[in-house]
Amino acid sequence: MSQWETVIGLEIHAQLQTKSKIFSGSSTAYGAEPNTQANSVDIALPGTLPVMNLEAARMAIKFGLAINAQLNLKNVFARKNYFYPDLPKGYQTSQFDLPIVGLGEMPIDIDGKTKVIGVTRAHLEEDAGKSLHENFQGVTGIDLNRAGTPLLEIVSEPDMRSAQEAVAYLKKIHSLVRYLEICDGNMQEGSFRCDANVSVRPKGQEEFGTRAELKNINSFRFVERAIELEVERQIDLIEDGGEVVQETRLYDADKHETRSMRSKEEAHDYRYFPCPDLPPMQLDQAFIDDIKTTLPELPEAKLARFQTEFNLGKGDATTLTQSKDIAHYFEMVAKNSQADSKIVANWMIGDFFANLNKSELDINDSPISTEQFCTLLNRVHDKTLSGKTAKQVFTALWNKEGGVDDIIDKKGLKQITDTGAIEAVVDDVIANCPEQVQQFKDGNDKVIGFLVGQVMQKSKGKANPQIANQLLQEKLK
Amino acid sequence: MTLKTIASQKALLGSKAASCVELTNDTLQSLEKNKGLNVFISICEEHAIAQATNADRLIETKQNSSLTGIPIAHKDLFCTKGVKTTCASKILENFVSPYDATIVENLNNTGTITVGKTNMDEFAMGSSNESSFFGPVDNPWDSSRVPGGSSGGSAAAVAANLVAIATGSDTGGSIRQPASFCNVVGVKPSYGRCSRYGMVAYASSLDQAGIFSHTVEDAAIALNAMAGFDTKDSTSVQIAKPDFTTTLNNPLKGLRIGLPKEYFTDGLDNEVASIVQDAIKQYEQLGASVKEISLPNSKLAIPCYYVIAPAEASSNLSRFDGVRYGYRAEEYTDLESMYVNSRTAGFGNEVKRRIMIGAYALSSGYYDAYYAKAQKLRRLISNDFTTAFEQCDVIMGPTAPTPAYKKGSKTKDPIEMYLGDIYTIAVNLAGLPAASIPAGFTQSGLPVGLQLISPYMQEARLLNIGHKYQQETDWHTQLPTAFGGES
Repeated sequence: MSQWETVIGLEIHAQLQTKSKIFSGSSTAYGAEPNTQANSVDIALPGTLPVMNLEAARMAIKFGLAINAQLNLKNVFARKNYFYPDLPKGYQTSQFDLPIVGLGEMPIDIDGKTKVIGVTRAHLEEDAGKSLHENFQGVTGIDLNRAGTPLLEIVSEPDMRSAQEAVAYLKKIHSLVRYLEICDGNMQEGSFRCDANVSVRPKGQEEFGTRAELKNINSFRFVERAIELEVERQIDLIEDGGEVVQETRLYDADKHETRSMRSKEEAHDYRYFPCPDLPPMQLDQAFIDDIKTTLPELPEAKLARFQTEFNLGKGDATTLTQSKDIAHYFEMVAKNSQADSKIVANWMIGDFFANLNKSELDINDSPISTEQFCTLLNRVHDKTLSGKTAKQVFTALWNKEGGVDDIIDKKGLKQITDTGAIEAVVDDVIANCPEQVQQFKDGNDKVIGFLVGQVMQKSKGKANPQIANQLLQEKLK
Repeated sequence: MTLKTIASQKALLGSKAASCVELTNDTLQSLEKNKGLNVFISICEEHAIAQATNADRLIETKQNSSLTGIPIAHKDLFCTKGVKTTCASKILENFVSPYDATIVENLNNTGTITVGKTNMDEFAMGSSNESSFFGPVDNPWDSSRVPGGSSGGSAAAVAANLVAIATGSDTGGSIRQPASFCNVVGVKPSYGRCSRYGMVAYASSLDQAGIFSHTVEDAAIALNAMAGFDTKDSTSVQIAKPDFTTTLNNPLKGLRIGLPKEYFTDGLDNEVASIVQDAIKQYEQLGASVKEISLPNSKLAIPCYYVIAPAEASSNLSRFDGVRYGYRAEEYTDLESMYVNSRTAGFGNEVKRRIMIGAYALSSGYYDAYYAKAQKLRRLISNDFTTAFEQCDVIMGPTAPTPAYKKGSKTKDPIEMYLGDIYTIAVNLAGLPAASIPAGFTQSGLPVGLQLISPYMQEARLLNIGHKYQQETDWHTQLPTAFGGES
């Protein structure tokens, strides 16, 4: 295996979340009854014509700016001609010679090091409809709701050298398009699709090997597996004396294998030519500058800032900036509560995320608001709650039992800080645990933990453990 | 027999000599009576009467417009809601559009009554109306001859005095050449002046909607209604639309006419040349001066067009696949055979020919040599006109090298038929406005048209130039004897 080098390029199709389609006014909303969101233009009735939805161009430019790419203010739509029932016009309006976004870059982190992956281009095109081969007794059902939805096709340079790098790049792009709010990144629903071009070559060889295109991979895990499978297949094939054929292969997640879909003989000549129904798009610098002002803080910048501003380690900062919503939540709590930001981070990454994951909730649907979280952490900070009782309050908050202070009152969880009250419990414990008291006096410092634990138990967790510890120490001197 | 014009019909309606319904019924009857011409693919009785009934109401309540109650025929290339649009093809034989083309809607809103959809060359590909799935159209002046194409039906409808106005489309001369063959006015506006939405696409960068009429004045009135920016057509131009009728009578003194020397060489019928020269002399009498100009790349126009148009057509016609609408073959075994069988049976030979030429010109390895090259030549041809218009205000010449020829005489060799487009085709490549107006008759009584070409977006001037000629001549008032004319 070590004598071979893997070369991977990824083609990502991100569905842009414009309200209407790229060339018609139909809705792009997911999940509608088949063929209810396809108008005359979408179904290619005779005489219909496309009209550009500029919002798609805005989103493409946003992406271009975010990856520091060359922007082509003049860009051209081209027709990609082929016949398929879910392609109503018999051609897909795409971009060929002059895409809206040119060469850019996306840095990734691999084993603590940064590697820059080149992005060759990103262009606008329209999606085709859906072909449904099951449930129709031997015929195929065509749903044209999706036909005409805008796509941004993002093509990487063949710069990745392992499945791991490919997944890292994919995740970065995925996070970015969601940050920019240009794509919801839902791989299950098909709004973020990835094809991988995979080839191998002997280490040291400059020339690329023949590549195979892998399709139908709709999760990060599958991308990694499919690529690894394909690399293995190609190496085995070559080592057995065979040749890799340029073809498209489908990844079958159930069978854990890739299958040939199309061979070179059936490769299409798409007869690309500039679409005569759409004049070249001519954007001006003012358009670009306006979009620049609307760019959110990008993931890279936010990651760096979280480390410095909130004194977080890279690991925690990465977790907390994985999405704009999570980062925002953290910031709201960190900035508006008195708790140290590291404590906020621990709470979020620990209990909070654990609960969100278990309930399969997005952070936007969290039962605990940022305000409530702030109040909770403030009560810990002002010692109304101990670590333990805080967790109880957290659970109660999660179950929507009321506000923080209500819960504290109702459950009587207020931490006892009255020295007098704690002293009474301490005396009680000293009286009832003579053995341990003697051990402590004999020099066993560790047994203080047991005694503090007893105080906590007798006070039903409400005693302030630091005060209990202090009192015990004093009394047992 | 009165020459049908907008004015003559408005007079009838205005004087209450006829109601819109009566006028429409009259028109429908003459359509029925003259079915032998094969001008109409569909006759819209019910739809027309409904429109006419409404028109009467509008007139009564004084809400009428410039064209209220005027019967019109639409080339069967324009989508008409509720009425079949076939493009003279088997593949759309029973197709009914759920929407109206924008120019149809515009005319409807100005009060026209659609009496029928006219015959044409299949998918607008042809110059003689002989490629129609529904059979050829007779030239009303001589039924053994072609009316021209592709808008042969609309030209004949006006020539036979069945309607005063009829719409057409012009991609390489498909309005002007039939106008010349049929002794009617045919106007093709600048590219982008009229919306293409709802006009079934043949060659997107060349197609334009236009109008047939007996008089230039009527063409101006119709164009006023038809033209205008349309947000649904991205190639539609957002430019001020003048009232094309207000300047019709402007004097022509000082008008500089350019005659391209390349147009008056062999291939041009002597009688046609002579008629055109006489027309030019008429213009000199109106105060115009004439000078010889050059359009050096004229010879390249036909090869250039016959690469670009088929290329765009090969892509535009891909949607006719039997999947969502239109003809689907009865027998097939899989997806590919469904496509092949449907399109093989659905399209006629000329359409298939041009799809294949187009696909070839766009194919890998040939794109640069053909399509890309043709687009470069197109720029040169366009530049020729820009240069010429520095020296003249209007370019004139014959519309076609011959008068109407016999049916079947050019169907053996497609190239021979293509060569007939020699004077009209460059105009589409340059996107300019142009018209053909009746200029006389050959010894054997066949009509000959004069072509006028103006600079981009100067239809008002173009129509003015045509109108003034019609005030001095009466070629345009003559009707074929079979249709009411004097012999």
